[in-house]
Amino acid sequence: MILNEKLIKTYSSIGSRATFGLVALELVKENKKLMVLTADVSTSAGLDRFRKTYPDNYVEIGIAEQNLIGVASGLSSEGFNVFTTTFSPFQTLRCCEQIKVNLGYMKEKVVMVGLASGLVLGSLGFTHCSIEDIGVLRSIPNITILSPADCGETAKCVYAAANHHESVYIRLTGGSNNPPIYNSDYKFEIGKAIKLRDGEDVTIYATGNMVHKALNVASILNDQKISASVINVHTIKPIDVDIINEESKKTKLFLSIEEHNIIGGLSSSISEVLSKTVGSPKLISYGVNDYYEKGGDHSYLQKNYGLDEANIVLEISNELKKI
Amino acid sequence: MNKTSVIESYSKNLKKNILYMAKVASSKSAHIGGALSLSEIISVIFCNYFKKPETKNSNRNRIILSKGHACLALYGALYQSGFIKKKILDTFEESGSDLLGHPIKNRKIGIDFSTGSLGMGLSLGTGVAIGLKKKKINKKVFVIIGDGECNEGMIWESAMLVPHLKLNNIIAIIDNNNFQQTGSLKEILTNNNLKQKWKSFGWNVKEVDGHNIKNLNKILTKKEKTTKPLLVLAKTVKGNKINLFKNDNKWHHSVLTEKNYNDSIEFIEKKK
Repeated sequence: MILNEKLIKTYSSIGSRATFGLVALELVKENKKLMVLTADVSTSAGLDRFRKTYPDNYVEIGIAEQNLIGVASGLSSEGFNVFTTTFSPFQTLRCCEQIKVNLGYMKEKVVMVGLASGLVLGSLGFTHCSIEDIGVLRSIPNITILSPADCGETAKCVYAAANHHESVYIRLTGGSNNPPIYNSDYKFEIGKAIKLRDGEDVTIYATGNMVHKALNVASILNDQKISASVINVHTIKPIDVDIINEESKKTKLFLSIEEHNIIGGLSSSISEVLSKTVGSPKLISYGVNDYYEKGGDHSYLQKNYGLDEANIVLEISNELKKI
Repeated sequence: MNKTSVIESYSKNLKKNILYMAKVASSKSAHIGGALSLSEIISVIFCNYFKKPETKNSNRNRIILSKGHACLALYGALYQSGFIKKKILDTFEESGSDLLGHPIKNRKIGIDFSTGSLGMGLSLGTGVAIGLKKKKINKKVFVIIGDGECNEGMIWESAMLVPHLKLNNIIAIIDNNNFQQTGSLKEILTNNNLKQKWKSFGWNVKEVDGHNIKNLNKILTKKEKTTKPLLVLAKTVKGNKINLFKNDNKWHHSVLTEKNYNDSIEFIEKKK
């Protein structure tokens, strides 16, 4: 899948969910066995056109996510390339045991697209936020977890997942009008994190919509003569051990930024690698600090959880003074 | 021998094989009652639809034992129809065996899905049935469900979807033995009028004595000319009609001693 300026602009303006719908329209042309299953979210997933244009490749399951995973697994066992989609909490936790038994244990390959994960739906309350999905799915064997940084990367993830050997969870974060991280095509490979900026003092690992924030932080730090590496961790599982080890040899402070509980997500994944490394850098975790905030809009929640640039920059400069 | 007699003989052997494996499990225990109640149902299905051990051919019927704890009935039939060898039955519940206390997906021996976490089989069957229709394979998908298993909400998610999609290549069979793990349906969770419930969901419901081979055979082989999926509500006796086990729920999951085994085999042999 090759990105160009026009695609990047289009995807970015419609947001990650609608991008998924557009990419599915392209994917089905080369993949006749593609089946897209939804739980009454075709509009939210940008699949209205897909549903009308390719009715034979689309199954509406109704608001029944456990059944969604079961039916997807049955279809997969008959050789179909199956995508399921609904809002992230219902795509993951609501049908967690079905995912374990069918996708994990039996290895039926299904690609699950979790819409509006993280904090973007904060105005709807925490029933609709998703800060536990990575932690829960990471503990199930045989599932790859992808978390694209922008809409172009969402498209890359969808294509890569369709051809991947095992089940994939694609965690979509951010809202519509998603700022692009990449302005031209680049090499995307599952399991290989991408260094967006090289630095000497601190390494910032970010995933999903937090990659944009990490770049902002690095830019402000640069003005303060602090040089930061920024790593786009688009694959949470398997985590890229090599890049963590390489950065460990260089910088003295690590940061992780994610719209997820700091337990179980990106921070935990990095910690699991660092705990095996002698003299590894200190890791500061930015994310949801294991509690439910009162609901509110996206920026309100980000600020209350300390996920704003000013707060992160201040803490980094303070930490570096101690080292 | 006419067809009914052939299936009767198959079913008698199946009961003996179920008990044989339960004896093999010894102190590890086995789910006996709910496997025995399925003997005739599984026999009719295998004698009609799984005569040969076809596993690689995609143009074959499918069977999903959603009530996976009744695996002894499935393993016995897989042996009797040539999918597995007798010596594998001797490994039942041994560490590393292909035949554990719930079925484990193993296409080579005719087990398409790992089941046992209740409520999931009909959903898998729905996906398989959609797949078969898309591939234009004119074969059946048998899904065997427990009546206790109908406590699970997921069963009803599937019960709604299958008729909605007009998947008339699915045959779901409820083993209605009126017991679940720790008591009768009435004691644990009242779930009356299964016939009316499934009918109201849009299924073509047939009620039958789940031990009457002739009637089961008639229902399970009749070519239905409806877009409705078939739901067979099989009225059964947990533990079948064998004195030691009949309607005694302690045999849901229990240890079969050598004496228990010998007595029940003798009972089966003497029975017409």
